[in-house]
Amino acid sequence: MITKRIIPCLDVKDGRVVKGVNFEGLSDVSSPITLAKYYSDCGADELVFYDITASSDGRKLFTDILCETAKSVFIPLTVGGGINTVDDFDRVLKCGADKVSVNSGAIRNPQLIYEAAKLYGDQCVVISADVKRVDGVFRVFAKGGRENTGMEAIEWIKRCVGNGAGEVVLNSIDTDGVKKGFDLEMLEAVCNAVSVPVIASGGAGKIDDFITLFNTLPKVDAGLAASIFHFGEVKISDLKAEMSKAGIPTRLS
Amino acid sequence: MVAIVDYGVGNLFSLKCSLNAIGAEVVVTDDKEILEKADQIILPGVGAFEDAADKLRKTGLDVVIKELAKSGKPLMGICLGMQMLFDKSYEYGEHEGLGLIKGVVKPIKDAVSPEYKIPHIGWNPLIFKGEPSPIFKNIKNGDCVYFVHSYYATECDSSVIATAEYGTEITAAVADNNVFGCQFHPEKSGKIGLSILKAFVSLKEGFVC
Repeated sequence: MITKRIIPCLDVKDGRVVKGVNFEGLSDVSSPITLAKYYSDCGADELVFYDITASSDGRKLFTDILCETAKSVFIPLTVGGGINTVDDFDRVLKCGADKVSVNSGAIRNPQLIYEAAKLYGDQCVVISADVKRVDGVFRVFAKGGRENTGMEAIEWIKRCVGNGAGEVVLNSIDTDGVKKGFDLEMLEAVCNAVSVPVIASGGAGKIDDFITLFNTLPKVDAGLAASIFHFGEVKISDLKAEMSKAGIPTRLS
Repeated sequence: MVAIVDYGVGNLFSLKCSLNAIGAEVVVTDDKEILEKADQIILPGVGAFEDAADKLRKTGLDVVIKELAKSGKPLMGICLGMQMLFDKSYEYGEHEGLGLIKGVVKPIKDAVSPEYKIPHIGWNPLIFKGEPSPIFKNIKNGDCVYFVHSYYATECDSSVIATAEYGTEITAAVADNNVFGCQFHPEKSGKIGLSILKAFVSLKEGFVC
């Protein structure tokens, strides 16, 4: 039986891991390579590297760090941030990424998912959507959650999956950084709309939040978080031991 | 020295790094002479069966691999590389494989109920079949490995050394004398995956199981 995945997300800027609350107020945490090794050793099932640099120098540094990480960390690596063209897919896949997540790049050019899926396979393409309630409707936000695209989120995600996205990361802007649990209502709506794996992101504050997530929504495949792992508020080894005790299929290492 | 067959399919960076990490001497090559000199051979692969099988045939590497396998050199196919060891695949049509292991490759979706998502992505425990294979000598029954695939090998009962449960019995690994195949990705399966690779690169030519 397939196990539920726990995925730490490393937001990388100028070669360092940072994580903001509600996408603002960034603070430096640690070296991506050190953190990646640490997480792999303590049982993370996958890692997401998110490139939040804007400059080309920063992008090169990011790619170098990704290559260095892939030389010593042997679990699946997903890369996101600054993915706008098929060449961007090529750049990070060559450095050892297994999956590439697209967000604003797919909003600007919805064909990107189709083209990338045709070249690298559906399993390689992840649609990452930043979603927020606006007047009771789920809307897709672009540019790191700052700009309302006006698109209805469930339709957008269905369209991306139809174009070949093999996995969905759903970031709820409403619950992100609040640490009061995942956005179960939003996640359920997405799980009911698509038949590819769904990764929950935004809102985890404690171990129980993951247990509630997987017990309430068995269709959710994975839980993603950043700062609670980076700051040691939740230890992955403790989290997985508790998940296993609660009867959730878990990979214990 | 372990040789990774380079036939223009997929990215070999992680596989090469994982073999380096266990201290193996690795070469990525499409050169027949180098493959002949290697102690073990790994046939990787991601993407579509037809495209990969065509590329293998166009480069003439299909013949080389068959000869080397018959000579007793340890060979391991990974993911699509494993699927190519079989007689044929029904991925978008019907395509001939290398025929080194008896069996066929079929879509998972035809064998499982619709609530099982395709591709089968994630960590799934290995269920050993029979005596643990020599490539599993450093791991335990129930250890998890990482899968990403939409097709699976079937009608290959006699060679199955491990399965995984995903709505049906998924063939996770096969062995027939010196020829091995892993549907999962050992190079992405953490310490367990590295242990499997380590056991494989310790196998000597002429080894049979």
